[in-house]
Amino acid sequence: MIIDADVVTLSRLQFALTALYHFLFVPLTLGLVWILAIMESVYVMTGREVWKRMVQFWGVLFGINFAMGVATGVTMEFQFGMNWAYYSHYVGDIFGAPLAIEGLMAFFLEATLVGVFFMGWDRISRIKHLLVTWFLALATSLSALWILIANAWMQHPVGAAFNPQTMRMEVTSFSEVLFNPVAQDKFVHTVSAGYVMGSMFVLSISAWYLLRGRNIDFAKRSMTVAASFGLAAALSVVVLGDASGYAVSLNQKMKMASIEAMWHTEPAPASFTLVGIPDIKDRTTLGAVRIPWVMGLIGTHSLDEKIPGIDELVGVAKGRIVQGIAAYDAMLALRQDKNNAQAKATLAAHDADLGYALLLKRYVDDPRQATPADIQKAADSTIPNVPVLFWAFRIMVGCGFYFIALFALSFWKASTRQLDSQRWYLRLALWSLPLPWLAIELGWIVAEYGRQPWAIEGVLPTALGVSSVSAGQVLTSLGGFMLFYTALAIVDVTLMLKFTRKGPDGLGIWPSIDPSTTAGH
Amino acid sequence: MLDYTTLRVIWWALLGTLLIGFAIMDGFDFGVAGLLKVLGRDNEERLVLLEGIEPTWEGNQVWFILAGGATFAAWPMLYAVSFSGMYFAIALVLLAFILRPVGFNFRGKIHDPRWASLWDWVLTGSGLVVMLVSGVAFGNLFLGVPFQFDDDLRMSWHGGFFELLHPFALLTGLVSLSMLLAHGACWAALKADHTIAVRAVKVARWMTLIYAALYVLAGVWVAYGIPGYAVAGPVVMDGVSNPLYKQVAQGGSWFASYMQYPWFWAAPLLALVSAVGVQLLISRRSVSAFIASSLMVGSTIASAGFALFPFLLPSSLDPRSSLTVWDASSSRGTLQTMLVVTAVLLPIIILYTSWVYRVMRGRVTLEQIRKAHGGY
Repeated sequence: MIIDADVVTLSRLQFALTALYHFLFVPLTLGLVWILAIMESVYVMTGREVWKRMVQFWGVLFGINFAMGVATGVTMEFQFGMNWAYYSHYVGDIFGAPLAIEGLMAFFLEATLVGVFFMGWDRISRIKHLLVTWFLALATSLSALWILIANAWMQHPVGAAFNPQTMRMEVTSFSEVLFNPVAQDKFVHTVSAGYVMGSMFVLSISAWYLLRGRNIDFAKRSMTVAASFGLAAALSVVVLGDASGYAVSLNQKMKMASIEAMWHTEPAPASFTLVGIPDIKDRTTLGAVRIPWVMGLIGTHSLDEKIPGIDELVGVAKGRIVQGIAAYDAMLALRQDKNNAQAKATLAAHDADLGYALLLKRYVDDPRQATPADIQKAADSTIPNVPVLFWAFRIMVGCGFYFIALFALSFWKASTRQLDSQRWYLRLALWSLPLPWLAIELGWIVAEYGRQPWAIEGVLPTALGVSSVSAGQVLTSLGGFMLFYTALAIVDVTLMLKFTRKGPDGLGIWPSIDPSTTAGH
Repeated sequence: MLDYTTLRVIWWALLGTLLIGFAIMDGFDFGVAGLLKVLGRDNEERLVLLEGIEPTWEGNQVWFILAGGATFAAWPMLYAVSFSGMYFAIALVLLAFILRPVGFNFRGKIHDPRWASLWDWVLTGSGLVVMLVSGVAFGNLFLGVPFQFDDDLRMSWHGGFFELLHPFALLTGLVSLSMLLAHGACWAALKADHTIAVRAVKVARWMTLIYAALYVLAGVWVAYGIPGYAVAGPVVMDGVSNPLYKQVAQGGSWFASYMQYPWFWAAPLLALVSAVGVQLLISRRSVSAFIASSLMVGSTIASAGFALFPFLLPSSLDPRSSLTVWDASSSRGTLQTMLVVTAVLLPIIILYTSWVYRVMRGRVTLEQIRKAHGGY
């Protein structure tokens, strides 16, 4: 049966919006919780009350954000079943495992300890409370690890094979899924991005206090922590981002070529297009500013390996679709007779291309009936949205380099004790607040929108993964989410602003005239 | 490596364990939330009730998330069919699950009686919705739901939200509601200031009574009014996971498995004995009544799971599409790996959860609330 294109579009829109929304809160949780752990460690080691108060103040903001992260995370887990039922059936055997382990190993720990973190200050010893905070931090990062192992499998599906009897992918090697090289780079890149966000959050709000002349000592100490942690994280984001890019160039060549708007294969080492306007229709980039060699270096970490361009990759896809049709035919034969030796051999030879035959399902009911024009259309459909990826990637990377510069400056200012010496620096720190969100959302777009038309790269086209629900049903839930999420966003921002404005002084967490400053720290 | 049949039975039991874990652990804080306006007469009293569940509700909720995740991993077809088929029912539950974390966190953040009251209603409403809808969903398992697979094992569903509201399903919805309200009241009797605990004792008495009556009624209805499903022909227990390889006969009895395995009767008996136990123990306002209500909740769910065995989700539209323990699981490798992971991690979870409950033990008094919140 041919899938309803509206259901596909609406389901994708709903997934993208709810995932992007969820991703506004999760990275901040990831980063802020480590800053809390660092601050509380200083408190336990030095015994100075101000550090405990810092944990409690930033903890209030952390709590508001944490609630939003948890609330919107439930949607993600429900949505695979609700809107991507065929996807869930087709890859649940592999994809479900890391999600379940995330619950068992990480989310359970995180959710159980968070109550003690907030309400256990007077019930357990300092050391025990510090341990709770550390385990909380560890659990949030572990949670990201398992989610990214699942996600990495969508980008680079290893350790699994198609079973014609059950019409789904099944695990052949769990350790390959676990140690997927894509997962490791992605994990460090993503959590580091969260650490940058947490650091920026603390840095910017503290800068605002300094601009207002409030909570001076409190803000300076917070900024020092944020600057050190942020610098390390920003360096890690860019380095691991490069590793992640290298992994993409090995495993998702089409995504790589699209990010770089490389329409045609160039002799190695390829040049890097710094800016330009990619034109989808004519497959060319207008006004391109090119830097020789750089692309080859980033993409292959070598001078003599070629990076295939989009044209060449469409040709490759065409070939794989033809092979895929043979696999599809064999799959149907095996469904009739599971002992058909010839069909078994054909499927074994071409099962890596089976997914490419499924791309044809958008155009014909039975891929075996596809015309050359259908095959061409399906091959062309493997090109993601080049201009969006091209620009999203460049803005994200630009932000990454900016973060290194800003945190390096902050670190230097903190080390030389002149954080509040220049107002322009404080303003810069304050107004940089939205940038990590921008960079992280764009990162999601590069990774996931860039994976299209695949839900599982080379295995399952996104359009095939949807549930057999009506467009009306998805439209209703999508409308509900938009309305409801907007209301929650308003409440969240209102509360964040309210507690930031009140500050440690207004909340009675730390006196406005700081006794420790007069004591000469 | 264990054989496929054994692994499937273990994962069926584990799915049951997680659902029971969810119903016991999260059930009491849903129950307390549902009774918030009944037990708590003013803002301070409601704060006492909320403070009694606040440190632990978040961890409790993970039982549900985990049950969902484990279903995805071990019973992917069950996850896909039920979540997409009961689309709006699931969306309603999802809404409740989104509102709870923000409700608990945001309620105290603005000091205004209207703000507090808004979130009280939200928490009460989300509690009632989840308790009711999960019961309605369970009832529909006995009735069978309208789905079928095509040859690609793509599922289609031929029914809407309101068709889930069959009178029997509404009855099981009320069984679930009264059971979990009783369970929540037992928690409140144990945890809340004595003035509130006294009220909770009354509510727990009434609710267990209603629950027991409705539970027996539902049992009689299943015995005489609802035809069961049975796998027809030879049952292949370790075959590939493809529901279309079997035939299913309708018209038997859901009590067939009770006849086959007489020890299954222990579950409904324990449920009723525990209900009596709650009646006898609740006036002590101690942990004993809460243990009794936990047993009541657990054995009620087990009794339903036993009746359905080996079915997970029967199809009324195309019986052979029905999902059973023998043909809807993940591959043997996945079941085995996930079993090892669960066997290692679940005891650790229980260990640190117990520690948290120990740290947070003790009755929440009105005096404490007045000192800590000054009213909010």
